[in-house]
Amino acid sequence: MNDTENTLTPWERLQLIRLKERPTINDYIPHIFDEFYELHGDRCYGDDAAVLCGLAMLEGKPVTVISHVKGRNLNENKKVNFAMPHPEGYRKALRLAKQAEKFGRPVICFIDTPGAFCGIEAEERGQGEAIAKSICEFMELKTPVISVVLGEGGSGGALAFGVCDELAMLSNAIYSVISPRGFASILWKDATREKDACNMMKITAEDMLRLGVAEHIIDEPLGGAHIDLCKTAENIKEYLLNVIAEKSQKSIDVLLNERYTKFRKIGEFEIRQKEELLGNE
Amino acid sequence: MFEDIFQVVKTRFNGGNREKEQDVVSDTTIPENIIFKCPRCRTTLFEDDYIRNNKVCPSCNYHGRLSARERIKITADKNSFVEFDKDMISKNPIEFPGYEKKQEALRSQTGLSDAVITGECRIRKIRVVIAVMDASYMMASMGSVVGEKITRAIEYATENKLPFIAFTASGGARMQEGMVSLMQMAKTSGAVARHGDAGQLYITVLTDPTTGGVTASFASLGDIIIAEPKVLVGFAGRRVIEGTIKQRLPDDFQLAEFQLEKGFVDMIAERKKMRSVLSHLMILNNYRPEEI
Repeated sequence: MNDTENTLTPWERLQLIRLKERPTINDYIPHIFDEFYELHGDRCYGDDAAVLCGLAMLEGKPVTVISHVKGRNLNENKKVNFAMPHPEGYRKALRLAKQAEKFGRPVICFIDTPGAFCGIEAEERGQGEAIAKSICEFMELKTPVISVVLGEGGSGGALAFGVCDELAMLSNAIYSVISPRGFASILWKDATREKDACNMMKITAEDMLRLGVAEHIIDEPLGGAHIDLCKTAENIKEYLLNVIAEKSQKSIDVLLNERYTKFRKIGEFEIRQKEELLGNE
Repeated sequence: MFEDIFQVVKTRFNGGNREKEQDVVSDTTIPENIIFKCPRCRTTLFEDDYIRNNKVCPSCNYHGRLSARERIKITADKNSFVEFDKDMISKNPIEFPGYEKKQEALRSQTGLSDAVITGECRIRKIRVVIAVMDASYMMASMGSVVGEKITRAIEYATENKLPFIAFTASGGARMQEGMVSLMQMAKTSGAVARHGDAGQLYITVLTDPTTGGVTASFASLGDIIIAEPKVLVGFAGRRVIEGTIKQRLPDDFQLAEFQLEKGFVDMIAERKKMRSVLSHLMILNNYRPEEI
């Protein structure tokens, strides 16, 4: 990564990834994959436009692609519900992940969502269950799974596509437990402190490496991914080719153990000292 | 996303909180705390009688919240509970200002090390590993300690071929621990998957309130999902949804009965029958009572 990008604050990066010029999955697909066939529907309820799934060819190797879909303008965003999936979106993704497992195709997940949709119908159709199931099944999916955060990775709605063998962040992407606005409104009861929240939440690509959540940072061109779409797509593609080649060499047992361990070791705790215990009595 | 939990709860459940109970236990004679007024039907009764009835209102069947200790006391066979990881406390992964201080204060106030108690016990002589969340500790939000203790408990159950029962309650992920808390969803769910692979039974008992990241992970993954009557179970907070749709939600939205109707809960069981239900379900899944 170059020095200029490194100096951007988390808040500046959030502004950058919210630019309407920021490339979305629909911009990247033709640059990264040779063929792409979109596959629709969860076979239960319907098809969720906020989640894009399909079969693609990556340098002559078939892969399954799963992604949140952001729009580039209001009309597009209305259609894809601002990249906030309903339960059927997660169920579609899981259906195609299981299909990938059956045919031994690697799964590539692109994360780009503020979070799962919060609404009556989403609750009625089991948003919580859909995400839980996705997390649980991806943990044991018997094929390599690679996740890339393209822009915004928010909350459980992002994690549903983030249980993987390796997670990469575009250099300006963020990944967070909740949106900075939500964080400010919950913890400080003041949504206008979004900027403070953003800068303290530890949500940048470097933070993710440090916390053990991500393993790799994919460089964006100076000024952000939108400055040179081709170059950004090329960087993503190069990363995917390398990491899939590496993960494909491992036996499934080794892969699944490493995947479990990757998440198993995240957490910061200690054993309480005797002094404090005595103090309490 | 879950900011309303605290608000809603204040109005819906202003009875049966821990402070009141402690006052009674310590024989403090403050008149207001001798009487319990049911937040649902407004019936009044002696706090002692309410506690003796396991914090269930005898006239309308309102199930008040229990602390983790109270839950264990009415669930496990007498003297059978052995606690795991009782001194595990969290660090401050994103250096959230004042987080350590708040934890310290809560620990001495509640006597808990964090929002969950885990351990092994017997229910009607059947060996079982349990995790019980306690909403009085930061609304039982899931951070490093909750995630780690639950994961360890499940792994212990897997290794020892034991069933696992989670009594869930949570406002969701613990914001103050940032991304680390979100990752606990993956950690606990992974442990559940392995426990299932080992052919073991996992039962979740949804108690008030089960929401957010806990609903979107291990709480929704039970082989059998039981809920107490009328408890709040959902993913998104009520106020968040109301903000999205710009209208008031019906009162029964996201209650256990709603989840039953929508197909996300296997059954609703009353507190007084819980031990019996759990032991029978374990027997039906080939676990046997053991004579000690």
